[in-house]
Amino acid sequence: MILVWLILIPFLGGLLCWQAERWGDQAPRWIALGTMLFVLVISVVVWLTDDVSLPVAGGGQWMLEWRAPWIPRFGIEIHLAMDGLSLILVALTGFLGALAVLCSWHEIAHRVGFFHLNLLFILGGVVGVFLALDLFLFFLFWEMMLVPMYFLIALWGHSGSAGQTRIRAATRFFIYTQASGLLMLVSIVALVFVHLSNTGELSFSYDTLRGTDIPDALAPWLMLGFFVAFAVKLPVVPFHGWLPDAHAQAPTAGSVDLAGILLKTAAYGILRFALPLFPEESQAFAPVAMTLGLVGVIYGAVLACGQQDIKRLIAYTSISHMGFVLIALYSGSELAIQGAIVLMVAHALSSAGLFILSGQLYERIHTRDMRMMGGLWGRIPVLPGFTVCFVAASLGMPATANFVGEFMILFGTFPGAPVVVVIASAGLVLAAIYSLLLMQRVHFGSEYRPGPLAGPDVREYGMLLVLLVLTLVVGLYPQPLLDTTAAVAAPVSQLFTDSADLAARAGEVN
Amino acid sequence: MMALAVILSFLFPLAGTLILAFSAGRLGAGASSFIGVGSVGLAALATAWLVMTHSGDSEVVTLWTWIRVGDFQPTIGLAVDSLALVMMSVITGVGFLIHLFAAWYMTGEVGITRFYAWMNLFVFSMMLLVLGDNLLLLFLGWEGVGLCSYGLIGYYYQNSANGQAAFKAFVVTRIGDVFLALGLFLIFMELGTLDIATVLDQAPQAWAQGSTTANLAALLVLGGALGKSAQVPLHTWLPDAMAGPTPVSALIHAATMVTAGVYLIVRLNGLFLLAPGVLLLVGVIGAVSLLLAAFAALAQTDIKRVLAYSTMSQIGYMFLALGVGAFDAAIFHLVTHAFFKALLFLSAGAVIISCHHEQDMRHLGGLWRKLPVAYGGFLVGGAALVALPLVSAGFFSKDEILWQAMAADQTGLLLVGLLGAVLTGLYTVRLILGTFHGEPGSDHARHPEPGRNLLTHHLPLVVLAMLSTFIGAWLYPGLGEMFPTAPGETTDSGHTLLQVLAIGAAIAGLLLAVWLFLWQRDWLAERTRQGMGARIWTLWHHAWGFDALFDRLLARPWQLLVKYLRVDLVNLAMNLPALTARMLNAGLVRSQNGRVRSYALVMVFGVTVILLTLALLPGEVP
Repeated sequence: MILVWLILIPFLGGLLCWQAERWGDQAPRWIALGTMLFVLVISVVVWLTDDVSLPVAGGGQWMLEWRAPWIPRFGIEIHLAMDGLSLILVALTGFLGALAVLCSWHEIAHRVGFFHLNLLFILGGVVGVFLALDLFLFFLFWEMMLVPMYFLIALWGHSGSAGQTRIRAATRFFIYTQASGLLMLVSIVALVFVHLSNTGELSFSYDTLRGTDIPDALAPWLMLGFFVAFAVKLPVVPFHGWLPDAHAQAPTAGSVDLAGILLKTAAYGILRFALPLFPEESQAFAPVAMTLGLVGVIYGAVLACGQQDIKRLIAYTSISHMGFVLIALYSGSELAIQGAIVLMVAHALSSAGLFILSGQLYERIHTRDMRMMGGLWGRIPVLPGFTVCFVAASLGMPATANFVGEFMILFGTFPGAPVVVVIASAGLVLAAIYSLLLMQRVHFGSEYRPGPLAGPDVREYGMLLVLLVLTLVVGLYPQPLLDTTAAVAAPVSQLFTDSADLAARAGEVN
Repeated sequence: MMALAVILSFLFPLAGTLILAFSAGRLGAGASSFIGVGSVGLAALATAWLVMTHSGDSEVVTLWTWIRVGDFQPTIGLAVDSLALVMMSVITGVGFLIHLFAAWYMTGEVGITRFYAWMNLFVFSMMLLVLGDNLLLLFLGWEGVGLCSYGLIGYYYQNSANGQAAFKAFVVTRIGDVFLALGLFLIFMELGTLDIATVLDQAPQAWAQGSTTANLAALLVLGGALGKSAQVPLHTWLPDAMAGPTPVSALIHAATMVTAGVYLIVRLNGLFLLAPGVLLLVGVIGAVSLLLAAFAALAQTDIKRVLAYSTMSQIGYMFLALGVGAFDAAIFHLVTHAFFKALLFLSAGAVIISCHHEQDMRHLGGLWRKLPVAYGGFLVGGAALVALPLVSAGFFSKDEILWQAMAADQTGLLLVGLLGAVLTGLYTVRLILGTFHGEPGSDHARHPEPGRNLLTHHLPLVVLAMLSTFIGAWLYPGLGEMFPTAPGETTDSGHTLLQVLAIGAAIAGLLLAVWLFLWQRDWLAERTRQGMGARIWTLWHHAWGFDALFDRLLARPWQLLVKYLRVDLVNLAMNLPALTARMLNAGLVRSQNGRVRSYALVMVFGVTVILLTLALLPGEVP
């Protein structure tokens, strides 16, 4: 039942926020904050009480499971389950959800109730994605995240630089993700029908559909249907067009959620569905996927260097970091997959930190254009120091979580695909360039305008401090996190049974 | 007890950083300086305690396992052996004196808290670098010192040129770091461990002498060392790094961080011995850097830039020593160089502050009476730099390097080393004459304000001056037994000849300098003003044009790439479906114009096409 409540709480909280607006603007904020903290507390309690490190013998791979019939005619169930990976990601959702509420405390001033309804509905949908095992249910939650996000960007976004309006960005986001979701739906239905014709049983269940014997001609296409849906969300170049616009135009809370959690649903989807449902096809596809990841690493970094809008810069760095994740997921190495999970958490923390910082800068100087910044080090207390820390995290400085993730990925991938790692390592230099460019343009140099600006208040300081401490803790002692997800990563890496064969193929592609 | 001393030795600077960073401007300048200097002082005391109690064998203190996935199990583990102790003593000892001097140097600057927070963090990272018992922890320190160097070079952030210098330093060294990282990936793949002792133990069994893998691993590690230690071709960042406050240049860009590459190669000496070709390459790169930098130092006018090129040149000597397998000699020179170069930089700092931030030799001069302490520092430090026989620390270490090169039969390297000694004499005399003698070049130099503080000005300079004499050379314990036998240990033939040669080179450099810069000054000025001489001067002044070359080859193409990709071409391509749809829409909308005439026309046209198709198609019509 805990799983059901984890999903229901954000939705109920959202409805409550919407209605609570009549008691004043503060009520929805407090309710939303409490709701997300509640989700966080539940997941932490589950983490502390249940033994996550080992899959229970005979009891399958799930720590918690809940199922109930929904549409028995089509074999559709409400099937929820949690293992170490979903637990970490749900906890992250709760944590970043609370931060998203906190960072829009002053930023959102109109239709406060409806804003928090949308915010919580997104997060509820995300939790659903992380917990759903029935493919139909998964698709439902997958689509459910999009609509409130659309409203979040369209109603509370900024009209930004380069003639982009927030409506355009929202529409673009919606079309990209909706169209790719459609491909996934087609793949799901096709998979179900293949299974039906094989066994005569109609089922959308993950466990049943795993190991379905798919005709050779069809299988790669079904795998691609899943892959494209996740590739758009990750995002993988060339499907990344929606991301910079959506980030730049979204309110801070939207950016934090988008970078911190929504992108992670894609990596989760690949780990949970694309790889286990189509192991052989995925293995054959791995060289292409790794090449795409590599393109993302380099392309995202090069573009990040050319941006003038601070949020667009951070958005492109996300593309670069997610490229590392994609490489790791298809490397077939346990070390790399564990690294990908650490990097997902690390990127959620560091990009949330940078987006929150840029939001706080916007509240003070009312621009995101870096040409109108400069010399802020002398004008704002404390914030530049935090910027250094998060910039260091983003460039993969050791002792931060990002370093652990990136280096585990590179260490793990190197034996199988050395050429990929050599090129990806160039991304480390590029990461230094874009990260320090941000520092350079915003905080160094002569002052664009004179006069001191207000330092952070307790709320702003607290958010950044918690993020920073977590980044350092994961960077210096990631073991609890690694133990939690070990039971997930090991089986996935074993899917690629013949890794030597994979290495040979990866070599050929390069 | 030992474990406690080790932990304290790097925990004090970390605590200093945290206190300063979280004080958020609540601390005054005095309190900040006190915490910043005090934490390093305590670290120095902890190190001294460790030196006194340590047995001399390698001991490991493992704090916790950093990451554990399968075979990948790097720890947060600290290995203390004689090499680490020597490095720790230099870092905390010289570091403490420099911190103390900085309290005088930074008086009246804004942001002292930030300065000391970065400096303490630097000491912490540098300690981890030398203490790490595995390569990943070493890499943590390695990157950490780079970040601190970035923060301190850009300390005067308001001038964007300083920001550029900091940026350049970080990115160039990061390129080297990526090579080092690749080296780590290769080592882990081949040996399944990152623990330094185990790596050195297993490498000879896994790799044959001179095998491709061993060569590749050594080359990649060398790439990292070149970046940090500012050797050709990754050296261009060091002269620009002088934009930071002078104590920073003394600590980071002379005494400690830039020698990290030497430490790394010494630490992994077993790996390099498996790759003799690469080891020789280390020596050749050192020799090239030594000469290039010495010539460049001759043509600088900024005293800090002279010292920067001199540092690069002296590290070239250390690399030369590594190249002939004389690891002990390299560390010896590292230690004495830390003493005398720190002294030279701090004395330069004393001059700069006394003359109101004037550091161009053309605007200085005639200071020797007015700034006696700084002058003394320059004389003693300069004597050590040119390796003045018997009395200076530099003589003993440089003589050792040249002797090892001779014993290893590397005549080419030996000759370069001797030529370098002559050049060192030239640029050192030019530096001292230009700064302290002759006519003052500006009002700042005519009315200097000498530093008077006994504790924060005189004491560091005097102590470092003493260490730069033969006393410093005596203090070095000698690490010979840690390393494989150096070439000079097995033979002694020709040692006397070499000492005569080395002394001759140093004296020749001094005499030539005196002749050139005192008696032939007008002739020299005339030569460098026009014609061939002017061109050579320009070439040396710009350090052989590496900056311009890299600018053409890398920086500009990169900027063009960024500029043209800024609009996100791939994304534009992805907009094609939308554009097509819009064009189709525009076309079809035009056909719906509501006029019966055109509809009839289109209909007739369509019917004709269909009928013609049917008539012309072969086969039966149904």
